[in-house]
Amino acid sequence: MTVKFCWFNLMPWPDLPDDFKTEHRSVWVDIDGSLFDPERANGVYHEYMDQLEFADELGFDGIGVNEHHQNGYGIMPSPNIIAAGLARRTSQAAICVIGNSIALYNPPHRVAEEFAMLDCISGGRLVAGFPVGTPMDTNFTYGQIPALTREKYYEAHDLIMEAWTNPEVFAFDGKYTQLRYVNCWPKPIQQPHPPIYIPGGGSIETWDFCLENDYNYSYLSFNGYLAGQTLMDGYWNRVGELDKSMTPGRAGFAQIICTAATDAEAEELYSEHMLYFFNRCLHVFPGFADPPGYRTVKTIQAGKLDQFRKENQALFKRLTWKDLVEGGYVIAGSPDTVRERMEDMIKRLRLGTVFCLLHMGNMPDHKTRYSSQLFAEKVMPGLRGIWGDEFADADDWWCKPMDDRVRPEDTMADARRYPEAPKGPVA
Amino acid sequence: MSAADTALAPAFEEVIITTRRGVTAPVRVYEPAGGASAGTATVLALHGAGGWLGDEPVLAGLADAGLRVVAPVWPAWSEHTDEDRLSDMADFALHGWDVATEMGLLRDDGAGGLHLMGHSMGGMIAAEMAALAPQSVARMALLCPAGMWLGDHPIPDIFAMLPYQLAEVLFADPDVGEEMLTGGADFSDNETLTRFMVARARQQGMAGKILFPIPNRRFSERAYRVTVPTLLVWGRQDRLIPPAYAEAWQAALPDATVELVDGAGHMLPYEQSAAVVDAVTSHLHG
Repeated sequence: MTVKFCWFNLMPWPDLPDDFKTEHRSVWVDIDGSLFDPERANGVYHEYMDQLEFADELGFDGIGVNEHHQNGYGIMPSPNIIAAGLARRTSQAAICVIGNSIALYNPPHRVAEEFAMLDCISGGRLVAGFPVGTPMDTNFTYGQIPALTREKYYEAHDLIMEAWTNPEVFAFDGKYTQLRYVNCWPKPIQQPHPPIYIPGGGSIETWDFCLENDYNYSYLSFNGYLAGQTLMDGYWNRVGELDKSMTPGRAGFAQIICTAATDAEAEELYSEHMLYFFNRCLHVFPGFADPPGYRTVKTIQAGKLDQFRKENQALFKRLTWKDLVEGGYVIAGSPDTVRERMEDMIKRLRLGTVFCLLHMGNMPDHKTRYSSQLFAEKVMPGLRGIWGDEFADADDWWCKPMDDRVRPEDTMADARRYPEAPKGPVA
Repeated sequence: MSAADTALAPAFEEVIITTRRGVTAPVRVYEPAGGASAGTATVLALHGAGGWLGDEPVLAGLADAGLRVVAPVWPAWSEHTDEDRLSDMADFALHGWDVATEMGLLRDDGAGGLHLMGHSMGGMIAAEMAALAPQSVARMALLCPAGMWLGDHPIPDIFAMLPYQLAEVLFADPDVGEEMLTGGADFSDNETLTRFMVARARQQGMAGKILFPIPNRRFSERAYRVTVPTLLVWGRQDRLIPPAYAEAWQAALPDATVELVDGAGHMLPYEQSAAVVDAVTSHLHG
C-alpha cells in the first residue's frame, strides 16, 4: 500500500484583528459578525480553491474540505459547494469531504444524494466523511440536543448507507427521520459505496463504530502527532482487541506542516501565521466546548478530561514557535527535517492517510504554494512507500475512480462525446 | 418557621420504585407532621435541573404544614441509569404520571387530593402533567417554571456557561450561591473531577432533552387545558427566567395567581424557603 497525502484547507478567515483574543469572546458560534467582509470573501474563497486545485497539480493523493458553522477559522459551512467546484476543475486527486455532519441534514438522505452527485461528477473520486460534528457546530449552532446527538447520528448513518446499498425503494421509520419512499437518485459510482472516513476527537465509542463497519478512523486535532499518540495507541489497541487487520489504511491523522529550504527559513516564513492560528483561530469560548450530554459517560470515565483543566485551557497562550515545533504541533523545517519527522509520525501512529495542513491561519498564497510544492516534490515521494507491500487490504480505504472519466482538461474539446456533432451553427 | 428549623426536622424516607415503562428511580417521601390521615393531601414535587439537595427546606416545610410530600428523583439524578428511556417532553410528563401511579397517588379512595409542585424544569414537567390529566390534579404550585420563551426576555444559555458563571444568574446573592453550588469540592483531584463531569453529563444532558437549545416545547399551546388553580411563585431578582415570565404564565393559564418574593433569584426555594412554604401552603389549602 502507499500512504495517502491529502492537502487540506480549513479555510480560515485571514483578517482576525490583533486584539481578537482580548476583545472578543469566541472565534466560534457567537463570533462578531462585523469581522466578516463579504467582498473580501470573494477573493479569499477563490484563493483557497485555487490552492486546492494547485495541490491536485502537485500530485497530492487527495484534496480535502470539511464543515464548520459560524467559525472564524473555517468559512465552509457547506463543503459540498467547494467540493463540487473542485470536482469540475481537477481530475486526479481524491475529493475528500471530511465531511458532512450527517445528523444536521434534514433529512440526512440529502447527504446520500449530494455525495452521490459528487462521486458522479468526479468520476468516483469521492472519499466520504461522516463526522458527529463538534459541539460548537452541532449543538450550539445547529441546535441539536446534546444527549440525543449521537443517537441521531447513528440513525442518519443507517439511512444513508441503506440509501446507497438497497437497490429497492424502501420506507425508513426512524425516531428522527421518517421517509415513506427512500430512493437515492443519483447513485454513487463507487460500489457498494465510497470509502467512509469518520473524523473523530476522543470519543471511544467511535472506535468500535469504525471497526464494526470497517471505516477509516481519522483523528483530526491541532495538537500534533506527539500529543495524538496516546489516543491513536488506544485506537490500535482496540483494533487488536476486536481482531481486525492492522492495516494502516484504517487510520488517518491531521498534521500541520511547514516546509522551507532550511529550518531557519521555516521559522522566518511561517512563524507568524502559525501563531495567528493558535492565538486567534483557536480562541473558542470554553463554555461551547462541552455541553453536558454530548460526550458519553464512557468517554468521560476513560479520562479524556485534560482539556478541562485550567492549566491546559491556558496552554495555547504560552506557545512560541519553538514550543510548536518541539511539541510536534507543527512539523516544520527543511525537506529533510520534515521527512524525518513525518516518517516518525507515520510509523508511530500507524497511518495510511495524512491530512496535510499546509495552509494555516493567515498564511499568504505564495508561502502556501512554496511550502506545498517543496513538500510534494521533496518530502512526499520518500514517504509513500513506508509500508511496503505488507498490507493487501490497504486500498479498501481509498477511492476507486473510473479510468475513463471526464477530465476537465479535455472537457471543452470533446469530453461531451458527440463525435457526430453538427458542424454548422446551432440555434 | 425558618429554613434553619426545618433543616432539623426528621427528613424523609426513600423508596426505590420501577415504573411500568421500566424506569427505576428513588422517591423521597416526607410524611406530614403528626402523621397522615384519610383527608391528608399529597404533593407530588418535582425538582429543577440541580436535583434535590440533601436538605430540602421547602419539602420539609410543607410536611410540617400537614401535607404529605412525594418527591421523585428524576432519572439521571440518581445512580440508576435508566434516563435513556426518556427522550422528549411527552416521555417526561408521562414519567411523572407513571411515578404517581406507582406510588398509589391516583387511587380514588377518598384521600385528600393530589397537588403538583415543581421548580424550574420540574415546574415545566408539572405543567405538562396537568395539561395531560387536569382531572387528576387538585391544585398546582409552580416555582419559576421553565417552558416558555419570550423574545424580548431571552433566557441566558446555562448550557454554555462555565461553572463560575452560574451563581450570578441563579441567585439573588451570588456569593451565597457560589458556596451552595461548589460545596467545597476539590476539582484538582482527578476522581472528584471525573465524578462531577459524569454527573453533569448525565443530569444536565437529561435536562437538555427538554431545555436545549430553547427551553420551549410549545406548552403555551396546551396551557388552556390546565384548569386547576395554579400559584406561580417567582423571585423578584430571578436573572435566569426573569419575572416577566410570571406574567406570561399567568396570561396563558386559565386560573393562575402570581406571588413575587423579594430577596430571591431563580434558586428561590433555597433562598427564601419560608416565604415559599407559606405561599404554597396557603394556596394548596385553598
